Amino acid sequence: MNSYHLDHLQYLETEAIHIMREVAAEFERPALLFSGGKDSICLLRLAEKAFRPSDIPMPLLNIDTGHHFPELNEFRDQRATELGARLIVRKVEDAITKGIAVPRSGEISRNQLQIPTLLAAVEEFQFDCLIGGARRDEEKARAKERFFSFRDSFGQWDPKNQRPEIWNLYNARVNPGEHMRVFPLSNWTEMDVWEYVKREKLQVPTIYFSHQRKCVRRNGQWLPISDLLPLKPKDEIKDLVVRVRTIGDIISTGMVESPADSVDDIIAEIAAARVTERGSRADDKASEAAMEDRKKAGYF
Amino acid sequence: MPHTQHPVEILRLNTCGSVDDGKSTLIGRLLYDSKNLMEDQLEALERSADITGGGQINLANLTDGLRAEREQGITIDVAYRYFATPRRKFIVADTPGHVQYTRNMVTGASTANLSIVLVDARQGVIEQTRRHIYLAALLGIPHLVIAVNKMDLVEWSEERFLEIRDEIEDFIPKLDVFRDVKFIPLSALNGDNVVTSSAKTPWYQGPALLGHLETVHIASDWNLNALRFPVQWVNRPNNPRDPKLHDFRGLSGQIAGGIVHKDQTVIVLPAGLKTTIKEIWTYDSPLVEAFCPQSATLCLKDDIDVSRGDMIVGLENLPGCGSDLHARICWMHQRPLQPGKKFFLKHATQTVQAVVTVLESRINMATFEPEPEPPALAINDIGVVRLKISKPIVFDGYTTNRLTGSFILIEQGTNATAAAGMLSAPTEAVKPEYTDFAI
Repeated sequence: MNSYHLDHLQYLETEAIHIMREVAAEFERPALLFSGGKDSICLLRLAEKAFRPSDIPMPLLNIDTGHHFPELNEFRDQRATELGARLIVRKVEDAITKGIAVPRSGEISRNQLQIPTLLAAVEEFQFDCLIGGARRDEEKARAKERFFSFRDSFGQWDPKNQRPEIWNLYNARVNPGEHMRVFPLSNWTEMDVWEYVKREKLQVPTIYFSHQRKCVRRNGQWLPISDLLPLKPKDEIKDLVVRVRTIGDIISTGMVESPADSVDDIIAEIAAARVTERGSRADDKASEAAMEDRKKAGYF
Repeated sequence: MPHTQHPVEILRLNTCGSVDDGKSTLIGRLLYDSKNLMEDQLEALERSADITGGGQINLANLTDGLRAEREQGITIDVAYRYFATPRRKFIVADTPGHVQYTRNMVTGASTANLSIVLVDARQGVIEQTRRHIYLAALLGIPHLVIAVNKMDLVEWSEERFLEIRDEIEDFIPKLDVFRDVKFIPLSALNGDNVVTSSAKTPWYQGPALLGHLETVHIASDWNLNALRFPVQWVNRPNNPRDPKLHDFRGLSGQIAGGIVHKDQTVIVLPAGLKTTIKEIWTYDSPLVEAFCPQSATLCLKDDIDVSRGDMIVGLENLPGCGSDLHARICWMHQRPLQPGKKFFLKHATQTVQAVVTVLESRINMATFEPEPEPPALAINDIGVVRLKISKPIVFDGYTTNRLTGSFILIEQGTNATAAAGMLSAPTEAVKPEYTDFAI
């Protein structure tokens, strides 16, 4: 590339930085959703690039399902401290205690229960904007998402009635009680994220790299054994060399058998991959429209 | 996403066509034949084949992401798809052709380098084909591809292909904006001339569609002629830990045109203050120069009052500045536009109040001729209007610069995005009254 061209990562970066600054300039109380996963790690670097040498002008927010991989939460806390950022954590457990989130009988997954917990946090802090790391290439319903995605006073997404988004002129106006979800990584692919991790030399949680772990076979996936996953008598248990490709809750994230123990290895692995990233997420497999339904209700 | 492990350019494209022209099938074919589809996506396709495809894999199911779309076999909203080859990365906006086509196409095409307009070889050029080409021209998309699809259903007839080409070539010069126009005979369903050249078109010497997308020259699609830096966010650290930053005052933004150099003399508009670029600050390191569309933080030599919405420009090729605007707009709201109603107008990083004072004309989308003094503009109408805004903005004509020549109108109350606007070139360039800044 000659000096007046941007390569793909530079293009995606400047687009995302522009979006971050629009958020800072147009909203009164924005927050940045930070889980410690690879996408939100990129978001944080983009926030640094957008706002330095000033402080990042918004708190970080995480909804802790209580089913997170412990490595992820450690990483999350450590990164927030390094950046000198304010980290707000709201727990599904507390939302259940307070009656904000009510599990269905026999419901083990905390996936659905994140929604009321998140919306309660929006109300508690009067957030008018949440920046998230969702990408359009992850899933079909997400492919139709805007950069600035409007949520009504119930936190709902109406896919048939989205604001047209033209040029880079983002309509950031919301009335009291409504809020916006903003996705600066909309145009990034899984490969872009890892290439950016490499270019920026970003630290990621160790579970993305190959390690030894006891797993159990469920629904065609290897789930990590933990206190949260009660074993059944006939369970097939194996000691495997695995890593995570996408991180959800510890009870539903399929481990991928992989020897990749560096970012370069991971990039090579994705380049050769024959299934998509979310192929290992049980929450998406529930039905063809699983993500669409959760998004309409207020999911990330 | 496989394939890229080295820096490449991104090409943004949109596809448009009428119902059943095979847009979604074409995108599905591009992804499938360039090996950008994964096994679980194919499995999902095969599962849905029994429901909507009568047992046959329906590539359109790849892009129709919402439940209602799969059930009704239509595309509701602009969907974005990503794929890559070793030569380029592609962002595809798939814009539906049936209802709301103008609104959707404007949305999908506003950021595109290239538009693919599908033509059904059996039907030839229909009213919608002209509309799509007209809209691509209106939005200033530099590169156009006419994909003459379903050639298998006209026995790969060269004569039919040339007939369609001639008809479109007759029409295009009236628009006079495209940098290049390519006609490609293909069959999306069978994959002929999509990724690989087809043996069925010995009379066609050009590349397959993908080959063209990989090589079309997009390097000069951004305006690098005249510096435009809309100030987006004033960067002033509170209590910085580094004492060197106590006096740091930067202006953050994305360059919307041209190139900025360290030590360059610039003018801050609309105030008209002249100053010098002291530093081009970025997180990574200071730069000697930065160009459109890079993001940067500019530090000025003089401590002058600059805030969001101001525009920093070079001394040459000055923009216009004013509060009486003339523009073409595409109306996108269910409630028709009537003159006199107040809106918010967002232009670059500035939001002001605006009133449409005069509805000059409405474009007849069959003839593309303006019809003077319409009573209103309805959804999907394109019209020429005059606007009065509450405070002057610094702007260029849309054909000169897509980023500083565009605006949106936002309805007050609902906050709905009601229109996309393309400004006419300013009648005169701004004449800064102020010469040099002095304390």
